[in-house]
Amino acid sequence: MVVISDILVQGMQMLLVFVLAPLLTGFIRKVKARLLRRRGPSVLQPYRDLLRLLRKEVVLADNASWLFRATPYVTFAAIWVAAALVPTFATGLLFNWAADLIVIVALLGTARFFLALAGMDVGTSFGGIGASREVMIAALAEPAMLLIVFCVALVAGSTELSTVANFIASSQTGLRVSLGMAMIALVIVALAENARIPVDNPSTHLELTMVHEAMILEYSGRHLAMIEFGAFLKLLLYVSLIVCLFFPWGIAIFGAGPLAYVAGAAIYVLKVGFAGFLLALFETATAKMRVFRVPQFLGAALMLGLLGTLLLFVSTSL
Amino acid sequence: MHNLNFDISHSLAGGLVLISFMMLYQDRLYSLLNVFALHALTLSLAVAWQAYIQNAPHLYVTAAIALVFKAIIIPVALHRIIKQLGIHRDIETAVGIGPTMLAGMGLVALSLALMLRVTAEADALAREDLAFALSVVLLGLLVMVTRRNAVSQVVGFMALENGLVLAATGAKGMPLVVEISVAFSILIAFIVIGIFLFRIRERFDSVDVGALDDSRGERR
Repeated sequence: MVVISDILVQGMQMLLVFVLAPLLTGFIRKVKARLLRRRGPSVLQPYRDLLRLLRKEVVLADNASWLFRATPYVTFAAIWVAAALVPTFATGLLFNWAADLIVIVALLGTARFFLALAGMDVGTSFGGIGASREVMIAALAEPAMLLIVFCVALVAGSTELSTVANFIASSQTGLRVSLGMAMIALVIVALAENARIPVDNPSTHLELTMVHEAMILEYSGRHLAMIEFGAFLKLLLYVSLIVCLFFPWGIAIFGAGPLAYVAGAAIYVLKVGFAGFLLALFETATAKMRVFRVPQFLGAALMLGLLGTLLLFVSTSL
Repeated sequence: MHNLNFDISHSLAGGLVLISFMMLYQDRLYSLLNVFALHALTLSLAVAWQAYIQNAPHLYVTAAIALVFKAIIIPVALHRIIKQLGIHRDIETAVGIGPTMLAGMGLVALSLALMLRVTAEADALAREDLAFALSVVLLGLLVMVTRRNAVSQVVGFMALENGLVLAATGAKGMPLVVEISVAFSILIAFIVIGIFLFRIRERFDSVDVGALDDSRGERR
């Protein structure tokens, strides 16, 4: 009986991220449009786009290998699993014993690896450019991400997300400058990884600047739908990671009963909405930077992570 | 051990190290000056917090000196100097930002490893302050080393001195007379450097210190 309810709650969590991910993207687009005094498409537009793409025929290049066809499903699956591991409305869910931060980084790395391979598979020049830029960004974002993981793990004494969330929600954390640095670094990494504005702009097709869009230029139909959905999920994943690591207040403790779960879910949706609003505000206020400035931007994240870890080392060794 | 007093002073000192890194990151003169003003502001907050928890009222005077001279007068004066010299459009050709940052991280790690080992018997608050103060000093030196423009070398010098003040407040029992004399000697040094800046500018039509080497007949 307990097992069944565990599976149910975990299933609800997976369903929640599945349903919420396109909504978040639609919401961000809507807020951005309103900030620019345009009306913007409906909040539900991403769902319609996905449905439309799913109905369309797949056009494949003659020389596309099995890798090109398998990649959309692999990336989507890896990202969805990673998103299911992050505690959203409750800690201590069924899969949370596996919700190690390093596992999540590895899953996202797998998804990116396949996407970069598929970008080069058909042999067009845009795919190659996109893949090489994506790998350049990843090579800098991943060490920064790992340093953030180390920093958080040193504070909480574990890399397991629900333990970390419980620890930070409790009052014994105190005031930590390292956590603030880690949070800023994680925001920078999230912006870079999700191809958001200062690093990349997925809504344009300008060949000088595109990174993510160049890799998936050859995809169509349901393959494109899978990749787009993966991108929506990845954005939600990073937002919930930030929320879970640094603002875990209001999250339900495991076994607290359905009412606490509903309250936790409501608070979670509010937090995600607020984060989406902040992201839209930030994106309308900044301009996209040159590709060759990106290493400096990510270097700042790396430095913040390293400095946070060093500061933490000082305060814990005293 | 982990009470709020310690955490706040840790955050302020850590913030000072972070702002030193921001100083390394800047490549325009005006933004460098703004970051320097922020550095001094954080320093005065850190010193005032030390005065509060050590119950040492004379440290409030130090905080006030840091606030008035370093956070207001010197940045404003440097702004005016830059404007008069007409170098406000200059973008520094420093050693690349990436290697500088890496060197800075190495210096911070070095100073932490050194200070935490040397001061094993001291009070935790003083140890932590001394470790961060040494890294602020070293980062100020790094700013001086990696910049070619004389104005930003002055900023590096002032940042270095901020680190000294942080160290002095962390160690209990620094008399007020010493602090005031240090503060005024810094101010005098600033005035002298300011005059030299104009002289260098008159002589070489730039404030790039590389020109001095050329004038001495040295090869770069």
